[in-house]
Amino acid sequence: MAAEVHSQDHHHEETFLTKYIFSMDHKMIGKQFLITGIIMGLIGMGMSLLFRLQLAWPDKSFPILDTFLGKWSDDGVMDPNIYLALVTIHGTIMVFFVLTAGLSGTFSNLLIPLQIGARDMASGFINMLSYWFFFLSSVVMVASLFVPDGPAAAGWTIYPPLSALPQAMPGSGMGMTLWLVSMTLFIASSLLGALNYIVTVLNLRTKGMSMTRLPLTIWAFFVTAILGVLSFPVLFSAALLLLFDRSMGTSFYLSDIFVGGEVLGYSGGSPILYEHLFWFLGHPEVYIILLPALGITSEVIATNSRKPIFGYRAMVGSILMIAFLSFIVWGHHMFVTGMNPFLGTVFTFTTLLIAIPSAVKAFNYLTTLWKGNLQMTPAMLFSIGLVSTFITGGLTGIILGDSALDINVHDTYFVVAHFHIVMGLSAIFGMYAGIYHWFPKMFGRMMIRPLGYIHFVLTFVAAYGVFYPMHFLGLAGLPRRYYTNTSFPMFDNLADINVIISVFAILGGIAQVIFLFNFFYCALRGKRSPQNPWRSNTLEWTTPVKHIHGNWPGEIPEVHRWPYDYSKPGMDEDFVPQIVPIHDNEEASGH
Amino acid sequence: MTTLLTAVVVILAIVAIVQIVRIFEVSSTMSGEDEPQTGQPTKKENDLFGKIMLLMGAGLVIFSIWSFFSWGDYTLPKPASEHGIETDRLLWITFGVIGLVYLITQPLLFWFAYKYRGRKGQKATYIEHNNKLEAIWTIIPTIVLAVIILYGIFTWTSIMNPEYEEEPIVVELYAKQFGWTARLAGEDNILGEANVRFIEGANTLGIDENDFNGLDDIIVDELHLPVGKPVLLKMRSQDVIHSAYIPHFRVQMNCVPGTVTQFGFTPNITTAEMRQDSKVMRQIAHINELRDDMGEEPYEFDFVLLCNKICGSAHYNMQLKIVVETEEEYNQWLKEQKTFAETL
Repeated sequence: MAAEVHSQDHHHEETFLTKYIFSMDHKMIGKQFLITGIIMGLIGMGMSLLFRLQLAWPDKSFPILDTFLGKWSDDGVMDPNIYLALVTIHGTIMVFFVLTAGLSGTFSNLLIPLQIGARDMASGFINMLSYWFFFLSSVVMVASLFVPDGPAAAGWTIYPPLSALPQAMPGSGMGMTLWLVSMTLFIASSLLGALNYIVTVLNLRTKGMSMTRLPLTIWAFFVTAILGVLSFPVLFSAALLLLFDRSMGTSFYLSDIFVGGEVLGYSGGSPILYEHLFWFLGHPEVYIILLPALGITSEVIATNSRKPIFGYRAMVGSILMIAFLSFIVWGHHMFVTGMNPFLGTVFTFTTLLIAIPSAVKAFNYLTTLWKGNLQMTPAMLFSIGLVSTFITGGLTGIILGDSALDINVHDTYFVVAHFHIVMGLSAIFGMYAGIYHWFPKMFGRMMIRPLGYIHFVLTFVAAYGVFYPMHFLGLAGLPRRYYTNTSFPMFDNLADINVIISVFAILGGIAQVIFLFNFFYCALRGKRSPQNPWRSNTLEWTTPVKHIHGNWPGEIPEVHRWPYDYSKPGMDEDFVPQIVPIHDNEEASGH
Repeated sequence: MTTLLTAVVVILAIVAIVQIVRIFEVSSTMSGEDEPQTGQPTKKENDLFGKIMLLMGAGLVIFSIWSFFSWGDYTLPKPASEHGIETDRLLWITFGVIGLVYLITQPLLFWFAYKYRGRKGQKATYIEHNNKLEAIWTIIPTIVLAVIILYGIFTWTSIMNPEYEEEPIVVELYAKQFGWTARLAGEDNILGEANVRFIEGANTLGIDENDFNGLDDIIVDELHLPVGKPVLLKMRSQDVIHSAYIPHFRVQMNCVPGTVTQFGFTPNITTAEMRQDSKVMRQIAHINELRDDMGEEPYEFDFVLLCNKICGSAHYNMQLKIVVETEEEYNQWLKEQKTFAETL
């Protein structure tokens, strides 16, 4: 896929295969992650549009559903099982394939060596394996859409017994097996990548690049990698035990079940064990998604405000604090599962503590903008959008994290609104900010700015239009994952809001087409980019526009200052790259 | 109405795109401002998008406030249980706090985007950090959160460990794909032992027929409860995880196969009284207007138990009607029900 993008220049000693397909160069691997992520994102978004049609107009017939769903759609009306499959695969693809691999995989690979001054990742080979495990995992996940009984449909959290018993729903047959295989490959990919990122950041920093001179992007990627290494293996064990229960008759998660007219032999297990294991990954996963987006935003906002990031040390501290807390809050997903109520009080306490470092981050973004000289690039607009969604979604987290309040909004559309805004939108806005900002570094070309502006305005309006009204659906008591709301007359008056949401969802879908055109057209035909288009301080902009293996043609540059010397008094320009030595009469910045 | 709304949105979007593209075409051909060595926006673009951000921010804040007035009426009516009054109070206090933070930070964000847009002559000020400011915005959220955390924890604890002045009525909610059944504990107020392994023939809930306590249990498809009496719900599932969710009571607890979970509450208002509540009446009138347009039967308010954990294809349609009534009505209803022993 990446190959198509670059197939016009061929004059390297590397063969086509080693340069574009089995590349060990971190820049190419980053692009491979990005393009695979974009394709998966298209599938995930397409699915959401299909089920939004169903939710807004459950009684109408859409021929387009017959086209996409085949036997799962009858005269343009979708089947309830495929509805559940669509929400399941939408969630899986968006959380893991787009916002974990597509976001962290892309930018960690592209930026870690470039921004710390390394020739490549610590192990190029492991890095290549990481991509190819991800690629295989994507292939298996997409293939699972085509099995006779349909893909996994037990929700992206695949709680057993529903996910363990093919008798309980068609999606728990072959589709679920493939889901588990795909996730196993994904976890392998994620671990290989994360180990590489950690080792590279710790060992391969250039001379002068102390930890307190790292750009905040690198801090975010580094901490994200640590989170991944510590939490993904737990998901692996959860999946493994589920596999045993499914195919070898063990009872880790199953007990006393009567389904399909007979009692099953399982005894002594508990699905709550699975929930604990799943959310022990599941909650850090939220920050595996969010932290890279916040790191990107820190960099983009500082560069385009032409101002140092406000409170660098507080920003690093809050990343570390969030990462630590993310490991001791998983139980807030389980307040009403029947877990010991005392644990509810503990998890309420730890969960609400996360609001403190999050508030610090939000305020620091605000004060970075304050008294700046804001360069309104599309990347900057998306970053400001991220701060807005991070605040909106973060605030409703204070309600959901409070066990007493969670009782009544748990698993309603209030939750759907909350996590789509704070995690989905923030992360996708951060990803777009990163793409617009580092596109010149990736492809040596510029994207078309006006199209970027239109993309942002439409996406921002559509995003709030889709997810803000969902809060009210949740407060009206509407449960999520309902194929239709027409079975309960008490929800009849919510039909109008569902129509509004779907209209905005379609608008948002159209807006992404503009982005796709801009991305692929400019990757091939865009205007050539200057070396340092945003007049930025970080090291990646000192490498040649045309990619070379090893990044710098000569010596690796030495670093003399932190990356945020923007608009420093007494300097000629409003930026001072990290490679510029401290002048004799310059005031030291403490970094 | 819907078609019209859709059409308006689509037309406005197209007009907006065309206009923006034209603005750019005109501005980029007229001003040769774009320096080739940078990709930074022109001063004009900065100016324009500072203003657009302000506009979008204002739109967001106005939309947020408007939605509360306009859609607030769709939210659940007053709680019909004693603890629900507590949780709703906590909910609205929390909404007050986060609403305030929202209404300070969002306008500030978009105002800064506008105020400091990179116009001609705009200069950034070099500010690294400010310990005093940072201390303030760490300490204030900490104090506010401490209050919310304590309030929340005490509320939660009192809900989960209710103190009973009188013995609660024990009711089992039994979930399966795809429906609910309720089992009252009968005269002895003790539920008979049950396990899915005992399911056979008419004994669909798997009650142990040898357990004496189970013989007077009463199995019903429509649950009646007396007002003002504490109820202890015991949840059981036959196959996969379900969640017993009764939004009007502010009650929710998962039904987990292999485990019995529980939730205690006290209904404090009868179905008949709830039907007279002004918000309920407004909602029902609106719903019936819509149902009339679709040619459907009018709807009367009832408490309802629904499933709130994905459980399979008919997850969206698991319901059990709950009627809260006076003690006399309840006793009357109870007398008409058959015990488990009588159904065997």
